Amino acid sequence: MATIQDIILSFRDKPGGIIEAYHAVQKAYNYLPEETIAVAAETFGVSEAQAFGVATFYSYLSVAKRGKYVIRMCESAPCHIAGAEALIKAFETALRIKAGETTADGKFTLELTECVGQCQGTPVITINSVPYVNMNPEQVPAVLALCQ
Amino acid sequence: MGHLSELHARCTDQYIEKFNRSRVIVGLGTCGIAAGGDKVMAAIQHEAASKNMHIDIDFTSCIGICFREPTVEISLPGFAGVIYGDMTPDKVPYLLESHIINRHPVEEWAVMQISEGSTALYENITKMNDYPFYSKQVRTVTSRLGRTNPESLTDYVATDGYKALEKALSMQQLDIIEEIKKSGLRGRGGGGFPTGMKWGFVYQAVGAKKYVVCNADEGDPGAFMDRSVLEGDPHSVLEGMAICGYAVGADEGYIFVRAEYPLAIKRLQTAIAQAEKYGLLGNNILDTGFNFKIKIKAGAGAFVCGEETALLTSIEGNRGMPRVRPPFPANQGLWGKPTNLNNVETYVNVPFIINRGSDWYTSMGTEESKGSKVFCLTGKINNTGLAEVPMGISLRDIIYSVGGGIQNGKRFKAVQIGGPSGGCIREEDLDLPVDYDSLTAAGAMMGSGGLVVMDETTCMVDVAKFFLSFTQTESCGKCTPCREGTKRMLEILNRLCSGAGRMEDLDTLERLGRVVKNTALCGLGQTCPNPILSTILYYRDEYLAHIQDKRCPAGACSALLVYQIDPDKCKGCSKCAKNCPAGAITGGKKKPYFIDVDKCIKCGACLPGCQFEAIYNDAAPHRNNCRPATRRTA
Repeated sequence: MATIQDIILSFRDKPGGIIEAYHAVQKAYNYLPEETIAVAAETFGVSEAQAFGVATFYSYLSVAKRGKYVIRMCESAPCHIAGAEALIKAFETALRIKAGETTADGKFTLELTECVGQCQGTPVITINSVPYVNMNPEQVPAVLALCQ
Repeated sequence: MGHLSELHARCTDQYIEKFNRSRVIVGLGTCGIAAGGDKVMAAIQHEAASKNMHIDIDFTSCIGICFREPTVEISLPGFAGVIYGDMTPDKVPYLLESHIINRHPVEEWAVMQISEGSTALYENITKMNDYPFYSKQVRTVTSRLGRTNPESLTDYVATDGYKALEKALSMQQLDIIEEIKKSGLRGRGGGGFPTGMKWGFVYQAVGAKKYVVCNADEGDPGAFMDRSVLEGDPHSVLEGMAICGYAVGADEGYIFVRAEYPLAIKRLQTAIAQAEKYGLLGNNILDTGFNFKIKIKAGAGAFVCGEETALLTSIEGNRGMPRVRPPFPANQGLWGKPTNLNNVETYVNVPFIINRGSDWYTSMGTEESKGSKVFCLTGKINNTGLAEVPMGISLRDIIYSVGGGIQNGKRFKAVQIGGPSGGCIREEDLDLPVDYDSLTAAGAMMGSGGLVVMDETTCMVDVAKFFLSFTQTESCGKCTPCREGTKRMLEILNRLCSGAGRMEDLDTLERLGRVVKNTALCGLGQTCPNPILSTILYYRDEYLAHIQDKRCPAGACSALLVYQIDPDKCKGCSKCAKNCPAGAITGGKKKPYFIDVDKCIKCGACLPGCQFEAIYNDAAPHRNNCRPATRRTA
């Protein structure tokens, strides 16, 4: 795997490239390890506070370690009226964690998210950015079984 | 400029040639893939190879009927294409054998047929124009969706792609801007600002370096039209941007697209590479000396970046926070340079206007809102999907004719239009014409075009709470009215939904809403009270029921449900009492059990265990309606 330093440096000459660099690091490491911030701050000539500010402003980026499978459950209004609340509870029960937490074995992270733009099939979840539509609580075990 | 006509002729030949073969085309937008389209595709490839069939297998994007995904189109030479819906891998062998080998379309799986040119129609299959979902639609912006391969430059050029760019490059810059002004095109992202006027400002702005930016940071809950267009017709966005670049004097463009749309990003990247290869983007476009490059910037999950100044700040690599306007981006935008910023759908309209003229465009729509608008139909509606309708059509037509009415025969209650910036429209106002000004007058907003349809089981207080919870989460925190106001309003709504509401809460909500509306820094804050204000206006009785009776008439707010046991149905089996974690259910053997409402925590654990259907609440009313349920009064 490329080092964090290498990944970030490859975006050095791109105007406003810090967010792209973060995306690339997260793609490789699944989250932004701590050293990302310092390296990015130096590479793009901003303070560490600012680099950290950018990393934590955006919900798609995570500075906390996450599971191998990141399950994002939409809780926006269209999914809500289609029964997202029961679905969220079903995931929490099945994985025995709350939204925002990661399972002890580091396999799953549950996150709440706002609309992911797949409202044709509510309620929607995404697992590592792949959408699963028209979900219901009964499908939860089968969907989790796909994550191997 | 013989360059494009040569390419056009070559592409058209290749395109027409496709229709001389038997074709199987799978709808592979994100919606199609999520519904299993990729598995259907694999099954088709496997079946065709194992039976040694000589067919073309291709893919397209979503044609709009998301409720019938995955879709497959089969066309034989000389015959209309038949669109099949709800396809699964196990239907594939029979489908291919019947339609391709035996030349009998499978009528019971067919949704509709589409005749290209003079191809022969089948007798018993509905024509696209007669299919209710499409009969009131006009397909302009969405015309290539589901009809062409979004990753094929050949398909785009053969369907008049880049002709408008070629035409525009032979025009004077001001003439292009004038044509857009005359068309009456207004920003499709929600605000509805006249596009031509905006271009005029950027053209006049002083500075050698200018930018053109496409706002593809679609984030309104209930909206996915920009995703569908980007996935289905990426070249048209590039062409619209390039025309704008030439008209306003810019040589560089950015598309800011949400990271949640990986397929859209991939197809845009493919399209940009193709256009550059054929001299349709890049340096010296079509040998005219005009240079225009387009880059993609992926968002990182912040709804506020849909606001133009926040979006530009994010492209620059900062936290996406809006700033005070003026200066407007037209004068000081990206990196301080004059910048034209439009939404995806706005840019896609441009090539059509340039090709067909502003007179054609103004023939559609109302006095102040011209052309067509793409809407996403979501919620409790039968036909969820993507529909493009002429401006001025009524909401009733969209919901009942196009959308096929309400799911499961339930009663319509409201339609939320314009996402978290919009409002709810009730049954009485469904005949309103859809245009920017009538919707605003009704307390809603055109927004980007998401329609969330709600039925009688939806609680309006709960919906207002969820829209507000969205804006509260997405508030960037820069200005106090939005940061604090959304938080306080959300606290009140949470209180109402949990049964602790007070009468003065309604006044406070309305007052706070007005303050936030008038004082917030950007559009996100200024419009976020709309869902609350419009629901208080139209559904005040529901708010009152939550406050005075501690009751949710729709039965949606779980904290307000009153669980009761019908003594006539209860057989005294004691199962509910054993399941109750709060010890709220008491009774004796073979005698009716009773729920103590003060101890009940409304978890619902008793409900599924009762095999006699004796337990009921507002959401699951008991079947014996003779006796009204006694309400707990607080």
